[in-house]
Amino acid sequence: MATSPANGLPRWDADPILIVEHLFMRFGGLIAVNDLSFKVGRGDITALIGPNGAGKTTVFNCITGFYKPSEGRLILAHGRAPTPGEIAEVTRIGERSLVGRNAGVFLLERMPDYRVSGEAKVARTFQNIRLFTGMTVLENLMVAQHNALMAASGYSLKGLFGLPGWTKAQKAATAKAEYWLDKVGLTDRADDPAGDLPYGAQRRLEIARAMCSEPILLCLDEPAAGLNPRESLELNTLLRAIRAEHGTSILLIEHDMSVVMEISDHVVVLDYGTKISDGTPQAVKNDPRVIAAYLGVDEDAVEEVEAELQLDTNPTGAGA
Amino acid sequence: MAVQTAETAPPAAANPVLGPAFKDALIVGLIALGLFGPLIGFETVIIDGALGLAYRPSLLAIMVGIIFFGRLLLNLTLWSPNRKPSTHTGPTLFDRAGTVMGPGVKPALLAFAVLFPAIAIFSLGGLNESRYLIDLGILILTYVMLGWGLNIVVGLAGLLDLGYVAFYAVGAYTYALLATSAPINDFFAGLFGATFWANWAFWICLPMAGIFAGVWGMILGFPVLRLRGDYLAIVTLAFGEIIRLVLINWVDFTNGGAGIASIPRATFFGIPFNAGPDGFAALFGLPFSPMHRIIFLYFVILALALLTAFVTVRLRRLPVGRAWEALREDEIACRSLGINTTTTKLSAFATGAMFGGFAGCFFAVRAGFVSPESFTFDVSAMILAIVVLGGMGSQIGVAVAAAVMMGGMEMLRNLGFLKQVFGNDFDPSLYRMLIFGFAMVAIMVWKPRGLVSTRDPTIFLKERKAVSGDLVKEGHG
Repeated sequence: MATSPANGLPRWDADPILIVEHLFMRFGGLIAVNDLSFKVGRGDITALIGPNGAGKTTVFNCITGFYKPSEGRLILAHGRAPTPGEIAEVTRIGERSLVGRNAGVFLLERMPDYRVSGEAKVARTFQNIRLFTGMTVLENLMVAQHNALMAASGYSLKGLFGLPGWTKAQKAATAKAEYWLDKVGLTDRADDPAGDLPYGAQRRLEIARAMCSEPILLCLDEPAAGLNPRESLELNTLLRAIRAEHGTSILLIEHDMSVVMEISDHVVVLDYGTKISDGTPQAVKNDPRVIAAYLGVDEDAVEEVEAELQLDTNPTGAGA
Repeated sequence: MAVQTAETAPPAAANPVLGPAFKDALIVGLIALGLFGPLIGFETVIIDGALGLAYRPSLLAIMVGIIFFGRLLLNLTLWSPNRKPSTHTGPTLFDRAGTVMGPGVKPALLAFAVLFPAIAIFSLGGLNESRYLIDLGILILTYVMLGWGLNIVVGLAGLLDLGYVAFYAVGAYTYALLATSAPINDFFAGLFGATFWANWAFWICLPMAGIFAGVWGMILGFPVLRLRGDYLAIVTLAFGEIIRLVLINWVDFTNGGAGIASIPRATFFGIPFNAGPDGFAALFGLPFSPMHRIIFLYFVILALALLTAFVTVRLRRLPVGRAWEALREDEIACRSLGINTTTTKLSAFATGAMFGGFAGCFFAVRAGFVSPESFTFDVSAMILAIVVLGGMGSQIGVAVAAAVMMGGMEMLRNLGFLKQVFGNDFDPSLYRMLIFGFAMVAIMVWKPRGLVSTRDPTIFLKERKAVSGDLVKEGHG
């Protein structure tokens, strides 16, 4: 799955959808993300893991435009992998993006959050669920299609007079919402307020809402947090289905290793804001640095192991 | 006998009521005595030019007595430990009444509003006699419209705006300044005849007043986009005051505190309401009456209010309206879904301000005179109170609240009968605000989320279910 047959490179190197380059995020004196570089493969499920406080959510907030990175470049590629020339061009001309007919390059660090979602098509969910609790489940999914519907309603003018173009667009949007309700098993609760749903259903609704904005990259911040084992299993199925049926690439932060090891093609491990491991789940699982970060060992032991494995160089692609 | 014992037994077996109730009432009575003793028991009087003390033991006794017996009564009835606690947590009486009457209540209210002048005229027996009631109707409808306009900003978008009166003022001054402008009058006099501008000014200025106010809504909206909650409230309050102070101090432009008088009156689409041969009465073959204009104004404000309601209801079902409500629920989630919160907030400010501008234009044409005195913070506070009392986001609740508040305030002016109770020295109008305050506190205790606390979903798949007010957020900015 993770290896592209063409040239033997792992997919995240051969056809990346997101390239994070030398990302720094400083809050005053605190360096939350320290020179982080990694790639997310198109069509992959990529997991970003690490101990608490490692900077995972900060990376997410940088990618989705909620934070402006202190330094670094975040390249999102629509259609196909961008050539170095294209990336250099869009960086040089100072624009937010360079969009062609079948491909586009977006520099996410230059975009405000709503454009990251609306134009670059990166959707996200939140660690602490952020639904519109006072609106119904269906309304939540309609709000997610805001930009498309706004254009269809003629920026409210056509909609105000109920012109047929708007009615049709509204029907199509409802149909899409129904499709996602069916996908996450919430069709029966469509007309209930989102705040009335049980926790697991709220998590699924948040994913459905993000998918209604038709993203090409879906960022999930701890989607399995607070789910029971059965719900975790259903989540795995749902994420696989999203990838298989919609070709959406998925980047997720997760602590639940059963989810991470089960579904991801590619795992990036953070600790103290730096990348300590990057590769297939199998490779990462056996990486002594990861084991040290998670289980904790004496500093001496870590240094010993590092010296032994000569891991002080960048371990990118160690498992490929 | 056995039956009787069986009947009396359960209360005896339950908690003893009278003793603790009496004890509690006694303690509260003593506290009241301690508090009221210095406050009510003494009165400062002037005796021979010097300040002296008088004592009012009877009044003190009456007050403490009211507290003591009131507390005792409550202890024995409402607060009695034997009283079954109300397990009812579902929709309240008003909500249920709303669902039962649901489909009928809106057409009924609308029909009443349309027929109101006729009802007033027939019940009071004449055009001139009905003037007071129809004027009251106009006042209430103006506040219904203002409430609906502010409801867009506060109720839907969740942006607490304490300076709504600014847009009301912009609308009123737009009409007052344009309609009394000599150059514009001369310009149109050259084109269409001398009386053109006086006859048509209102109808031409009405949309312009809305547009100007909407633009002002955006101008004032820009600086406050990043503010939330208390800060937003304070800054919008300041904007309301700034507009009023500018109106007072920019004497060259607005004529300052003296205001602008002799503003052209409303016409029946170009036909003036006067006794002349070209007037409304002569053309329609009616005997002239100044009431024609008042009744016409009533229908103008009714139409404007209905336009506000229609647009708001339609906008709520459009993406922009849903985005407003989503913004109230969670701004960060909105941004994660690609909603530009800046334009969404500005559109809410502008739409709300536009209706405020329409209402302001109507105010100017009805009164024929505007001055900064009409646009004080009290008006903003009153409109906000109507929105909060009605239930934020609810159309019908706001309309009922406006009728109750404005109508109630007027009714309290007419408490002459209380003089028969309390004697001729009693001035009931002094107690107007006190009674009004009590009523508001009572409603907020009884229905903390306003008269209509449920939210009506904008779209549904199978069944329209009202969303409980507990889940609906109030917005944070």
